[in-house]
Amino acid sequence: MAKRIGMEVSIAAAEAVKQANVDVISAYPITPQTHIVEHLAELVANGDLDADFFCVESEHSALSVCVGAAATGARTFTCTSSQGLALMSEITYIASGLRLPIVMIVSNRTLSAPLSIWNDHSDVMSIRDCGWIQFFVENGQESYDHVFAAYRLAEENSVLFPVIINMDGFILSHVIEPIELIEQGKIDQFLPPYQPVHQLHPDHPVTMGAFALPAIFAETKKAQEEALRSSMPKIIETWKAFGDMSGRYYHPVETYQAEDADTLLVTMGSYGETASVAVDKMREAGRSVGLVKIRLWRPFPFDDLKKATLHAKQLVVIDRAISVGACGPVASEVKAALYGNDQRPSVYNFVAGISGRDVTPSDFVKMVDKAEIEIAEGNKEGFEIYGVRG
Amino acid sequence: MTKPESEWTWKELSIGNVVLEPGNASEYRTGDWKTLKPVLNKELCIHCGLCYIFCPDMAYNLNEENYFIADLFYCKGCGICAKECPTGAITMVLEEEEK
Repeated sequence: MAKRIGMEVSIAAAEAVKQANVDVISAYPITPQTHIVEHLAELVANGDLDADFFCVESEHSALSVCVGAAATGARTFTCTSSQGLALMSEITYIASGLRLPIVMIVSNRTLSAPLSIWNDHSDVMSIRDCGWIQFFVENGQESYDHVFAAYRLAEENSVLFPVIINMDGFILSHVIEPIELIEQGKIDQFLPPYQPVHQLHPDHPVTMGAFALPAIFAETKKAQEEALRSSMPKIIETWKAFGDMSGRYYHPVETYQAEDADTLLVTMGSYGETASVAVDKMREAGRSVGLVKIRLWRPFPFDDLKKATLHAKQLVVIDRAISVGACGPVASEVKAALYGNDQRPSVYNFVAGISGRDVTPSDFVKMVDKAEIEIAEGNKEGFEIYGVRG
Repeated sequence: MTKPESEWTWKELSIGNVVLEPGNASEYRTGDWKTLKPVLNKELCIHCGLCYIFCPDMAYNLNEENYFIADLFYCKGCGICAKECPTGAITMVLEEEEK
């Protein structure tokens, strides 16, 4: 087993990008993503990474450079947060529509207004439907690991989609964690050079990004939709191959103490670790509570989620973003997944920890307490923002 | 393109809808955008070629009799040729439905 060393998660993520041997990095600095690209800039400037680093004037350009570079067959990386992702949003749809295997880390941060630099998932939820494969990671090791899985998956000729790795800003990006780095030789074997199916090259002219008339647009979207859905087996296969290489196995939906639980917490991202501590506490007190963690946000793992949750009496879904005027986006998806089943658990939805407000294990216990009482009293579709004063 | 867009199924599209045949825009019938088409009065034409020079779609071609004639497959009916013609030899008329 390789040695675990203490390092800031942002630095570990940047080291992974270096080990993935990218050709082009294009980024614009924004808190809390900054340390990742700063470290990459250093690696390139010092000659430790043979890549072109583009300092652009905006995030819109950062992703546009990646689109152009990926179209020529380069392995590309960018990284952003919050307003930066919002400014990129136009190009996120283009990268997916053109099926370019760009990898982006989003160090998740709240969208303004009010202006906030702290963590929640409102940034990535604003581009939820852009057609990228989207992962959420729980800790530093997963942040590092998913860079390799993301490139291998994105560049599979039967997949060819851009990938977002969502990593909670500050909560993950700015903490020091023990990270097990993988030997370069293993990475090189796991991640062969990118072989594009189509590329921009003067010797073989093609057109990318042409327009489509109404007579054919629906067919292009059907092709994109089918391709993203059918990437699911490849996602599972990639994580399996990664596990065989590293010893760490990942799945679209992961569970903790869930098999026999009446009440299940459902979380995404770094909440998983905190919630598992809360589950331990509640189990010690003899309560039938477990945890379901969604790692794969798109394509949404409907079947895996059903398998993990249908036996429970109630789900307590914790969202870190709010769809204003509706509910939390994870709860919407969870409800949609369960709707087709006659026997299904009640879903109680909390929006918690928005803009980085601390959510501790005891908060998870309080949310389970509240949800169980509300559901017992007949409020089976509850929704509230947790911990709001007044 | 081997067949019209309206006959393609989603399974036949290239990944990312990449256009693999260079220069196939020439197969795109922009001519069906027009409501007015240019009609040339050969008696007034002085063969100056201004219609050919000004046409934004390069739809004008010189024919064997030395007249510049708009290719209606491409002509969008903008009327710039008629406006620029120094002798008023080009008139824009409502395009009749083709039979």
